[in-house]
Amino acid sequence: MACDQWRGDLDRYLDGELPAAEAAALAAHLRTCAACSGEVLERVQLKRTVQMAGSRYTPSAELRNRIAKKVGSKSKSGIAKGWRLILVPALVLVIAAFFLTGYIGQQRAARHRIYSELADLHVSTLASSTLVDVVSSDRHTVKPWFQGRIPFTFNLPELAGSDFALIGGRVAYLEQIPSAHLIYQIRKHYISVFILPDRAAEIKNLPSGTADTLSFHMETWTQNGLRYFVIGDASEGDLQRLSKLLRDAG
Amino acid sequence: MWLVYSMRVSEQRLTAASFEDLAMPLFDQLYNFAHWLTQDRAEAEDLVQETYAKALRGFSSFQAGTNFRAWMYRILRNSFLSSRTGLKTMVVLDEESGDSLPTEKVTPEVLFIEQANREIVQRALAELPVQFREILLLCEVEEMSYQEISETLAIPIGTVMSRLYRARQALRTALRAKIEGGRYGM
Repeated sequence: MACDQWRGDLDRYLDGELPAAEAAALAAHLRTCAACSGEVLERVQLKRTVQMAGSRYTPSAELRNRIAKKVGSKSKSGIAKGWRLILVPALVLVIAAFFLTGYIGQQRAARHRIYSELADLHVSTLASSTLVDVVSSDRHTVKPWFQGRIPFTFNLPELAGSDFALIGGRVAYLEQIPSAHLIYQIRKHYISVFILPDRAAEIKNLPSGTADTLSFHMETWTQNGLRYFVIGDASEGDLQRLSKLLRDAG
Repeated sequence: MWLVYSMRVSEQRLTAASFEDLAMPLFDQLYNFAHWLTQDRAEAEDLVQETYAKALRGFSSFQAGTNFRAWMYRILRNSFLSSRTGLKTMVVLDEESGDSLPTEKVTPEVLFIEQANREIVQRALAELPVQFREILLLCEVEEMSYQEISETLAIPIGTVMSRLYRARQALRTALRAKIEGGRYGM
């Protein structure tokens, strides 16, 4: 059976280790097979759960300083004493960099968590029997449907002349903020677009640009106080084109 | 691609001063990994210190073009293996052939994983055999590729896949037992 053939590849697919052609074929199978999609959802959940639970221990500042000192002094041992005048401010910078590293580490973890959450929302939506709550390819139907359901409004692009099709929308929650979740299709690929107010601190601090998570491509930016996320397994080029359409409409 | 953390070091970067630049950004992750291995703060601190000392000494023999991150983790892991705790906790795993991964049907267990809160998962992870725990952490938390894991643990890629598979199965079983045990007050 086709499913048996794919089951052995699911972990490699989610770990980003499956060759591109096989990953694309498996992605196509997932769109038509509820059993395998359910399986993928379970595995994504397990990955995410371990990811969050595994980042558990933080070193003490004292240990960091002790090791930094040792590593730093060894690197500098051959340097003439006269250089101390330069090294002292440099050391201050290094210490500042340690704090910055900690800060960057925190930012990275937050970013990671949000991206994983988005990937989960995308996968679980595709795996569910009702893809969207408002089924329409007409943006003038989909946009008004959100009235009263989310505390903001947004514009959707005209898709005539493009390869993209609007499938519909639903309300999703990200960081406990109600968000518009739109599903687009290009060829056989589904793409999720999440729009929400850019007010949660962790979301606000996310840099704009592209990212990859669990082998999905992602594009994110802020516009008119709203944060946009575009995620899917379509090519990076497709995601960028859809993002441009949304940007131009917004 | 922010998730891909490649640390192949080129000849140009491999200068005397670059050890600090390469090694210190790994500090938080190495400590987290060390603490998971040892399950003890003081031992983890000693292990990280020992790792940096050994790495600094051996940096001149580090070969450009190889993966620095995998090299650091390998030093940490080897130091752990030769420690008293490491000798006590490592178990012998059998049949690690990567040729045939099991393809049995697993029923979707989304619900039970959703019920597993962070503390339950942390307890289940801590109780796994150390080889399962470390490979899950390298793959999920450190987001290492199979190639990097293979370099870190010094095992073939086929074994990485089969061990990862078994580690995930073991974690599922442990989680299910914990959740069901909790539900029935056992």
